[in-house]
Amino acid sequence: MSNGGWTGTILRVDLTTGRISKEPLNMDWAKSFVGGRGLAAKYLYEEMDPASDALGPDNKMIFATGPMTGTNASTSSRYMVVTKGALTNAITTSNSGGHWGPELKCAGYDMLIVEGRAPVPSYISISDGDVRICSAEHLWGKTVWETDDIVREESGQHDTVVTCIGPAGENLVRFAAIVNDRHRAAGRSGVGAVMGSKNLKAIAVRGTGGVSIADPQKFMSAMWEMKNKLVEHPVTGEGLAAYGTAVLVNIINESGALPTNNHQVSQLEGADNISGETLADTRLVANKACFGCTIACGRVSQLPGEAQDKFTVTTRPHNWKIAVEGPEYENAWAMGADCGINDLDALIKANALCNELGMDPISFGATLAAAMELYQTGAVNDSQTGIPLEFGSGDALVAMTEQTAYREGFGDELAEGSKRMTAKFNHPEFFMGVRGQEFPAYDARAIQGMGLGYATSNRGACHLKSYTVAPEILGIPEKMDPAVTEGKAEITKIFQDATCTVDASGLCLFLTFGVGLDEIQPQLEAVTGISYSVPDLLEVGERVWNIERMWNQRAGFTGKDDTLPKRLLEDPIPDGPTKGEVNRLGEMLPEYYELRGWNAEGEPTQEKLASLGLA
Amino acid sequence: MAKSLQIIPEKCTGCMQCELACSWVQTGMFQPSRSLIRVNIFDEQASYAPYTCFQCDEAWCMTACPVNAISIDSDTGAKVVGDANCVGCGLCTIACPFGTVFYNPDTQKAFKCDLCDGNPACAVACPTGAIEYTESESADWLGGWAEKVNASYLQSIEGGNAA
Repeated sequence: MSNGGWTGTILRVDLTTGRISKEPLNMDWAKSFVGGRGLAAKYLYEEMDPASDALGPDNKMIFATGPMTGTNASTSSRYMVVTKGALTNAITTSNSGGHWGPELKCAGYDMLIVEGRAPVPSYISISDGDVRICSAEHLWGKTVWETDDIVREESGQHDTVVTCIGPAGENLVRFAAIVNDRHRAAGRSGVGAVMGSKNLKAIAVRGTGGVSIADPQKFMSAMWEMKNKLVEHPVTGEGLAAYGTAVLVNIINESGALPTNNHQVSQLEGADNISGETLADTRLVANKACFGCTIACGRVSQLPGEAQDKFTVTTRPHNWKIAVEGPEYENAWAMGADCGINDLDALIKANALCNELGMDPISFGATLAAAMELYQTGAVNDSQTGIPLEFGSGDALVAMTEQTAYREGFGDELAEGSKRMTAKFNHPEFFMGVRGQEFPAYDARAIQGMGLGYATSNRGACHLKSYTVAPEILGIPEKMDPAVTEGKAEITKIFQDATCTVDASGLCLFLTFGVGLDEIQPQLEAVTGISYSVPDLLEVGERVWNIERMWNQRAGFTGKDDTLPKRLLEDPIPDGPTKGEVNRLGEMLPEYYELRGWNAEGEPTQEKLASLGLA
Repeated sequence: MAKSLQIIPEKCTGCMQCELACSWVQTGMFQPSRSLIRVNIFDEQASYAPYTCFQCDEAWCMTACPVNAISIDSDTGAKVVGDANCVGCGLCTIACPFGTVFYNPDTQKAFKCDLCDGNPACAVACPTGAIEYTESESADWLGGWAEKVNASYLQSIEGGNAA
């Protein structure tokens, strides 16, 4: 049993049989994998055949909190959705903030494991110990926001928190998201499609219990120390707080690293129009925090009267009068720069539609960008797309957002993600991603370390797995030259491992702009009552990284998948401050394998696995 | 002049640190369901509003209590539930016009904000200055806020008529 942090109980729901069970958490695994992403990866590795169909009943979904989730440590809101991704067929770990994770913890569970497939549309209702599977036939077809309202009403409790899928998840859009608190999403890799394939519309949680702390006195002092450092740091205390993540738009654009027009160029003309600064000046109505977060990077925006009627989507006029969350940096990039669009109102609308319909704006935007390149080259034409898919068209963006979620018209092609779509139209070279997942908002030709991070990321291309943008561009904790490959293998490994640990703890990765494992370590120790040194925590991260890698091997991935599209490896950036650059992955990958203790094929060696307790 | 809790909703980000801090005082756990300060989130209006007991001059909870279990703390002016006397009838929770007196099913007693003996944990925890414990004429910040909201509502209606 646990005397702090973990609740010690797992909830398991088999949707095929309707069986609901509660079981004790495996505390040996909890100590070795901590929680969240790590512990869920261990359970998924032990319980599921990775070769199973991502959209079949044998895929499992684990909704996992960490021991820090629900405490008053800053950014304690996180839960992870760990499953086989519908977009990638790789293990994925999509995380979200808001209030759902802490609520699950207060209901008494560290994790919820969902198995099988419900015979009819269903939702899971959790009110402390009372867990039921309810019919969702009346909810099928409803948007995220409608579902949130109805399920909360049906729960009869004002404080019920809902995570759910929208039409995109129901329609098995390959990059459908799971959305909680209306605007917070476990966004990437198609976790929403997996939920849709299970006929699972929503999970409503109300928890009246609490999270206990093993060593309160030690915890309080470490907790305050971290909070104070976050306030004092220029990124977590000022930049993110004042301008949200979109403060990066101008920084990355000026660095010549903002992929534009499906990575054809690396700077967007008029980028400032979609920056955090412009958002703050013109459309921002509030800053919003996730549960427990003292940074509050969330933006809430609202369209003024004259902008409400812009663009073609007029089906839900009420939505354009209310305050909506976003846009954040990643979606400002994907739906903005990558599509050549610099109209903030188009982004606000498309982003709100993604949240409302339950879709990952990164993969959606990047897939639309690939479609725009197909259109640009004549591989698809107006008779197929219905609307001109020209780079820079806000009309196309907003219209296609809705069409994609509902798989209408050309949206049905976009809904397959850019890898499948570009292959279908005979231009696989227009797919900009890794392991089937589209890149996020940093050009790997301009930031060498990001190329290695993308190529080796277990869940496919991702900005949240080894954010070496921090040292390479922002100089955190120390400045590295983004143009060189030297030292990048080492920093990438350290960042990947440390990130696994943060993702296992229940805290948000964004706090690592301001603090590191040195600050997390005493809090985690005090919460759980288990002594972890900082090297222990890095080893936890390495263990998690390797078990994900082994899971992927069993799913059929090999070292050959650790690569980047030809465009990034061979086609130099044509213009701007990074003109002439390509990503030199070949200079980094062998060293990375060696540092990881993997063989030349990228397979973990028996010695490495034994040293991590994974043999 | 007495100190009172002042709440500035425009500064609130909805982070729940006040609920976490308060619940820790109440139960020794992070248990928002037992917090005596509550944050309501109104997404469509982008409004996050913490609210707790105003320590009313004319405290209806005290008037309603049939066993005189609620008394005034002479140092802080807080209306405090005495556990020894409270019989858990819940009348005070019904009498409170603001819904800030609660029934604790664990202890089967009423519980409400007692200003933490003059050092309210919620104000200490708030990272944005949305909750302050300061000297003021009146704890009734809600009146000023309601006046503002009403004015803007009336203006929107009048604007609507004009257009």
